Amino acid sequence: MTVVTDRDKLAYIAAQAADARVNVELESDGMTLNLGPQHPATHGTLRIVARLDGEQIISAEPICGYMHRGYEKLSEVRTYPQVTTLINRIDWLGSFANEVPFILAAEQLMEVEAPPRAQWIRTILFEMSRIANITLFLGDLGIQLGGLTAGFYAFRDREFVLNQIEAATGGRFHPNFDRIGGLKDDLPKGWIDETHRAMDRIRAFCDEIETLLITNEIYEARTRGIGVIPAEIAQSYGLSGANLRASGVDWDLRRDDCAPGLVYDQVDWKVWTHTDGDAFARSWVRMQETREATKIVDQLLDTIPSGPVMAKVPRIIKVPEGEAYVATENPLGEMGYYVVSKGDLVPFRVKIRSASFNNISVVPWVVRGVYVPDLITILASLYFILGDIDR
Amino acid sequence: MATTDADASTDVDEAEPRDERREHLLSEFQRELGNAVVDSHIRAGSTLWIRVTRDAWKDAAIAAKEQLGFRFFDFLSAIDWLPSPFGRDMDSQEDVIASALENGDAGHGPDPEESASMTTGYAGGDTRFQLLARVYDTRNAQGVLFKADLPDDDLRAESWSSVYHGADWHERETWEMFGIVFENRSSLDHIYLPTLFEGHPLRKDFPLLARRVKPWPGIVDVEPMPGTDDEGDGEGEGDAE
Repeated sequence: MTVVTDRDKLAYIAAQAADARVNVELESDGMTLNLGPQHPATHGTLRIVARLDGEQIISAEPICGYMHRGYEKLSEVRTYPQVTTLINRIDWLGSFANEVPFILAAEQLMEVEAPPRAQWIRTILFEMSRIANITLFLGDLGIQLGGLTAGFYAFRDREFVLNQIEAATGGRFHPNFDRIGGLKDDLPKGWIDETHRAMDRIRAFCDEIETLLITNEIYEARTRGIGVIPAEIAQSYGLSGANLRASGVDWDLRRDDCAPGLVYDQVDWKVWTHTDGDAFARSWVRMQETREATKIVDQLLDTIPSGPVMAKVPRIIKVPEGEAYVATENPLGEMGYYVVSKGDLVPFRVKIRSASFNNISVVPWVVRGVYVPDLITILASLYFILGDIDR
Repeated sequence: MATTDADASTDVDEAEPRDERREHLLSEFQRELGNAVVDSHIRAGSTLWIRVTRDAWKDAAIAAKEQLGFRFFDFLSAIDWLPSPFGRDMDSQEDVIASALENGDAGHGPDPEESASMTTGYAGGDTRFQLLARVYDTRNAQGVLFKADLPDDDLRAESWSSVYHGADWHERETWEMFGIVFENRSSLDHIYLPTLFEGHPLRKDFPLLARRVKPWPGIVDVEPMPGTDDEGDGEGEGDAE
């Protein structure tokens, strides 16, 4: 009846056969390799238990929860403005992007719309979070594969973006800047020119990474054909963001299903896809995405309208009864909040749909039969943030 | 076409914009699933909710994926509609102040009337626990939210994991957070919580202990606190039942 069952059946038979082979030939149960909870390749506390047959992985199971903070429960005892402080800590490399879908969901329920200037600045900061996040991904990828230089370059150039985010919001990592109905504050003086310069730096960084890493022969040898995820499987697991686009699915929430309150329809940009679905494709798509993000920021900076940054909302925010699901295309993929309100100051239920949770659930499928070093490549290329898995 | 109990009347009155694309989608689901579609709700231009019977929970997923092209699995979870038996003091302290300001009295503590009634959201619902899942069609850029009621004494549902791979982890999460058992799938193991953890944290009657033992630090800022005299250890008092 379904595609999935056959694939699972075959995989099960293969695993059984591998088990039998190991047991007969070596008279052993194979070896269990435990990666983490503390391991450089997991940048966080993700533990992976892999069963090996020689150097090959028979099965691997990610074990998460070492950093589970229960944000869904905690959100039920905090007022709407207080919740943004929590959800900032989900994907901590692109914090501002976490706030936006929640605020948009609340705005949808309250039928409030942010003024145009606030929508513009929101989109700019959203894309800058993406740049700050993916810059580090590109560097981190180098580190995982033994090319430390890329990592240093990434940390150096990310600083230009973080400085701008800090100048505008006051927070390098946790801006907590988005409000229901607009933004906390307007942009500081001289920020626009300085941000243009930062975008130039990021474009230069992308070129640098391309020559240094992406087109590097060793890098290609390590990533081409590794961890191939077909489009069908990617969608069935709910992979989103660059991971999905690298598998050839041309879908981007910014372009296809943009939540009202972000102004991606005002700019000219391109969604990049790749047909290979391997580790290389994922990193390549992310690099292109960073370039597009700088373009979006540049265009928005030039067209930013004047006016207030905050709509008229009551001081004490009570959200009318209702339910809303709003998702945006975050640096890691689709992030959405299902907010149930009972007309109180606190949400009745908040379901957080984070990208990494789905993205990493594909690991048991994709690592069957690969070699141990490739496991690291695959994990790095899938790109997850622990806070985004464990919430 | 779509009959929503509470909203049907207001729809006419306010002349809400109609969403033909989602209405068409709903009629397709009704054709595939027949009577299994219990209720539905459309927010024009944004969201479609479809409530199905529990028995048709898996059929809904199969119809969505195989017949209607919803190949992208978004999320699966549940909602516990029980009003918090711990009343307002489980909520933020600011809540107490606000309600006090509005009503002119110290409106703290559980309100018996309020906690007695259990209301459910869009597309209705009759039971405390409701499954919630969303799937997406990336080609046509539209999503659909499924809901299904679960009887209180029998929290079981068919697993989606043979239809959508991604449902596996989400079902494990829903099981440990709400105690809802999914059938015909690999064993349900804890995903976030320690193996020996007891209870289901996202249920409304599961106390948030941090908030029980220590008041919200935010209250320090607020000078005249209404209702600080009874810090209320006897939480069971004004509950439903």
